[in-house]
Amino acid sequence: MFQVELVSPEDISYSGEAEMVIARTVEGGDIAFQPGHVPFIGVLAVWSVDVIRPDGGRDTIAVHQGFVQVAGTKVSILSDVSESAGDIDVARAEAAKSTAEAALAADRDDEDAAASLARADLRLRVATGA
Amino acid sequence: MAGGKERVLRRRIGSVQNTKKITRAMELIAATRVVKAQQRARAAKPYAEQITSVIENLAAGGAEVDHPLLRQAETVERVGVVVISSDRGLAGPYNSSVIRAAERQVQNARSEGADYSLIVIGKKARDYFAFRNFAIDSYTEGISDNPTYEDARRVAETVAEAFTEGRVDRVELVYTEFLSIGSQKVATRRFLPLESTETIATEGGGDAGASGSFEFEPSPEAVLAALLPRYVEARLFGALLESAASEHANRQRAMKAATDNAEELIVKLSREMNRARQDAITTEIMEIVSGAEALGSDDQDDTIEEPVAAGAGA
Repeated sequence: MFQVELVSPEDISYSGEAEMVIARTVEGGDIAFQPGHVPFIGVLAVWSVDVIRPDGGRDTIAVHQGFVQVAGTKVSILSDVSESAGDIDVARAEAAKSTAEAALAADRDDEDAAASLARADLRLRVATGA
Repeated sequence: MAGGKERVLRRRIGSVQNTKKITRAMELIAATRVVKAQQRARAAKPYAEQITSVIENLAAGGAEVDHPLLRQAETVERVGVVVISSDRGLAGPYNSSVIRAAERQVQNARSEGADYSLIVIGKKARDYFAFRNFAIDSYTEGISDNPTYEDARRVAETVAEAFTEGRVDRVELVYTEFLSIGSQKVATRRFLPLESTETIATEGGGDAGASGSFEFEPSPEAVLAALLPRYVEARLFGALLESAASEHANRQRAMKAATDNAEELIVKLSREMNRARQDAITTEIMEIVSGAEALGSDDQDDTIEEPVAAGAGA
């Protein structure tokens, strides 16, 4: 059994037990942690972190920037911007997505718009549980 | 003339009572805020500790990188001083002591032959330094009362940018440490360059109880490079939160003293007023008595003199 903590600069925003934690690191692709995993520190991509609870349920958290540290039976996710599905404003994410797409259509090299599109996509994916 | 002094005193008591109401209200507000600010400062601890713990593990893993935030300048030409003060006054010595410590840093820089760069947070420090014609390079207000991480990130970015671009070679952070409700202390800390990862690791209060060597992804260097800016932000955020808690604690104490003083003053003035009133009454009675005596002096002479006369006659 894992102890999972999502630590934001302001507080500990999620804390619970888990069978398995799935995250995506930059460059590294998806990685799943189960109890007994080697101590691990990774930089997270703009992607979701899935926490599989002992009762089989799944909590999905959108992590926009952060780190994961796995040590012993503890997984800590450090993130200054993270949201769980319930906190996401779908309408706003959709609006942000269309704005970003429009900006990208006008200028394909607009990095801000690309980042904003990635964030909006992630939000929508987490919110809709897709 | 009688009653004039009394009236003046009564008015003064009224005004002191009004002041007391205000200071009492401010004291109560500060008391609730200090608890909230303290909770926030406590809630923010895990993040800073976790980041430190990751750096500890990185140091243990032997990662050392040539990151711009670690740059040690050979000669310090310009010292950045970040000072955290409040926007509002009436907080006792809170602002003056932190400002004094910051000014000392500026003087230190000058005596080393270096220039200074002031990064000011809070109206009070701005007013002080602007009045004395110090050059203020960056000023932020409206965040010291209830700082958010976003605020900390913005200021930290400005500072880190000035440092990485070589506009300042060293940055000192002057803020007020919150030790407990009853005790706060002005602290001056080296903000940039960051100490080497080993120093952070040995000084840090991280909870890295984990043993064994870590796997890093993508690489220890990449993790560290991504981590250091966050570490800077988290440190500034921690300092902002502690300063906010200290500000409220100081204000609460100052306002409690003011309320107590007002109470004392009211007691003293009431006593004075009562004496003035009694004096006035005594004077009035004397006036009445002597007036009555003057009017009825004939009757009285008779009644007093009669028995005497009778006695004399007997």
